[in-house]
Amino acid sequence: MSKGFNDRSWLRISALAFGFAFLYVPILSLIVYSFNKSRLVTVWGGFSTEWYGKLFDNDQILQAAWLSLRVAAINATGATILGTCAGMALARFGKFRGRTMLTTMTTAPLVMPEVITGLSLLMMFVALEQLIGWPEGRGMTTITIAHITLTLSYVTVIVQSRMASLDISLEEAAMDLGARPAKVFFLVTLPIIAPALLSGWLLSFTISLDDLVITSFVAGPGASTLPMVIFSKVRLGVSPDINALATIMISLVTIGVIVAGVVMARQQRHRERDMQLAIAGLKDEKT
Amino acid sequence: MPMHKLPFVTSIHSLLARFGLTGRAAVIAVPYVWLLLFFLIPFVIVLKISFSETAIAMPPYQPLVQWVGDRWSDIRLHINPGNYLYLWEDSLYVRAVINSLKVAAISTLFALLIGYPIAYSIARAKATTRSILLMLVILPFWTSFLLRVYAWIGILKNNGLINNFLMWAGVIHEPIVMLQTDFAIYLGIVYSYLPFMIMPLYANLEKMDLTLLEAAADLGCKPWRAFMTITLPLSMSGIRAGCMLVFIPAVGEYVIPSLLGPPESLMIGKVLWTEFFNNRAWPVASAVAIALLLLLVLPIVYLQRSQARDAEGAA
Repeated sequence: MSKGFNDRSWLRISALAFGFAFLYVPILSLIVYSFNKSRLVTVWGGFSTEWYGKLFDNDQILQAAWLSLRVAAINATGATILGTCAGMALARFGKFRGRTMLTTMTTAPLVMPEVITGLSLLMMFVALEQLIGWPEGRGMTTITIAHITLTLSYVTVIVQSRMASLDISLEEAAMDLGARPAKVFFLVTLPIIAPALLSGWLLSFTISLDDLVITSFVAGPGASTLPMVIFSKVRLGVSPDINALATIMISLVTIGVIVAGVVMARQQRHRERDMQLAIAGLKDEKT
Repeated sequence: MPMHKLPFVTSIHSLLARFGLTGRAAVIAVPYVWLLLFFLIPFVIVLKISFSETAIAMPPYQPLVQWVGDRWSDIRLHINPGNYLYLWEDSLYVRAVINSLKVAAISTLFALLIGYPIAYSIARAKATTRSILLMLVILPFWTSFLLRVYAWIGILKNNGLINNFLMWAGVIHEPIVMLQTDFAIYLGIVYSYLPFMIMPLYANLEKMDLTLLEAAADLGCKPWRAFMTITLPLSMSGIRAGCMLVFIPAVGEYVIPSLLGPPESLMIGKVLWTEFFNNRAWPVASAVAIALLLLLVLPIVYLQRSQARDAEGAA
C-alpha cells in the first residue's frame, strides 16, 4: 500500500478512540454507579451491592420482567418464521406480483417513527375488537402481535442479505438431484442460513425486550412490560436499582452476543472446511 | 421416510395445487397478509379516525358512517376535517413540526460528522481488527435503548458525572445546566442513532476500490484532496442511507426529548403522545400521525429508492 494515504493512521486511531469512548462511557457509567452505596447515584458513597438485593425484592419489576421475557421469546420465534418467509421470497423468487409492496411493507417499519406505528396498531386492534370481538381487550396478545410486526422487518433484512450472498448452486444441485423445494429448503438452505436466523431471533428478542413506545400504545391497563416500569421510574430521575437492572441486562446481552458470535464463527469454519473437502473430493474423482 | 413419499402429504400437495396454493405462494402470502393486516390497513383506519369527531365514549370517536334508517339511502357520512384545521390553526402543532424537523436535521448532521471518521477508520483497518471494531459498534445497539438514554441523565445532571468532574478539577464552581436543555436532546439523538449512521457508511466505504486512491497518490494528489474528490463522492450513497436512517425516526422521537429535554420542548412525537394519553383525543392524535406520515413519505421513498438502486448495482 502506498504511503500517500497510510501515514495518517494516528488520525484514524484518534477517531476510533473518540468514537468508542462516546459509545461506551455512558454504558460503563451505568455499571459503575450500580455498585454505589449512595442513593444519589452519581455521588460516590462506597462500594455496595445492596441495590441488586433491593431489585429482587421489587415485585413490580420482577413481574414486568417475566411478562417482557415471555413476550420477547414468542415474538422472536414468530418474527423469525415470518421474516424468513419474506426474506426468502425477496431473495429467491425473482419477480412476483406484490413484490414491490412486500419490499415496502418490510422496510418501512424499520424507519417509521414508533408513535405512528404504535397508534395505528392500537386503532387496528380497537377496530378488530368492534368488528369480530378479537382481540379481547389489550395485553400480552396485542403486545406480541405489535412486536412481531416491528421485528419481522429486521429478520427479513438479515435473511434476505444472507441469501443474496449465498451460492445458489448448492440449492440447484439438490433440485437437479430430484429434491422437492421444501426438502431443499430444510436440508440445504436452512442449515446454511442458520446463523442469520439465530442473529435475527436474538435481535428480535432484544428489540422486543426494549420497546417502550409501541408497547405503551397497545398494552392494556393490566399489562406493564419492563421498559414501561423502567420509564415510569426514570421519569422521576435517576434511581440506583435501575442501574443494577441495567447492569444485569447489559451483561446478559453482552454474553449472549459474544457466545452467538463465537458459535457462528466456529460453524462457519466447519462449513468452509466441509466445502473444501467436498471440492477436493470432486477433483480427486476427476483425476 | 422422505416427506414427498408419504401419500398423505402428496395428496395435500395436489389438493393445494388445485387451488393454485403452492408452497411458494404460501411463503409469500404468510408475511404479506400479516403486514397487510397489522401494518398497512392500520394506517387506513388512522386516516379514517382522523376525520371523525371526538366523543366521550369508548372508543372516544364517532363513527364515520351511520345508518339512520334501514334503507341504503339512509347512510349518513360524517366527514370532519376539523382536526386538520385545528392542527393548522393552533400554532403549537406547526411549531412542533418545524422544531422536530430542525432537531432531526441538526442531529443527523452531527451524527454524520462523528460517524463518518469512525466508519472510515474501521473500513481502512486491518481485516482482523475490522470485525472486532464492527462488533464494538453494533454491541451498544443490542443493549437497551431506554437504558442508554437513561445513562445520560446521570452524566448530564447538575450533580452528575461531568459537573462533578469539572468542579473537582476546579474548572467551574457552579454546575453547568445540561440536562433538560435542547443540547441534551441533540446529544441523546446523536448517541442513540450513531450505529445507524456508521453501518451503511462502513458498508459503502469497505467495498471502495482503493487502487483509485493509490493512483491519485502516485500522480501527486494530496491525501486530503484525494479524499474530497474520490472517497467522498463515491460514498454518497452510504451518506444518503445513513442520514435517512437517522433523520426519519428522529423526527418522531419521543423517549429522548421526554427524558433529556426541557419539559416544554416541542417535538411532534411528544405532542402526539400527549394528545393520545393525556387528552384522550384519538381523532386529533390520528390527524397528527397522518400529518407526520405525509411529512416523512418523501424521505422514506427516497431511502427505499436509493437502497433498491444500491442492491441493483451490487448484483
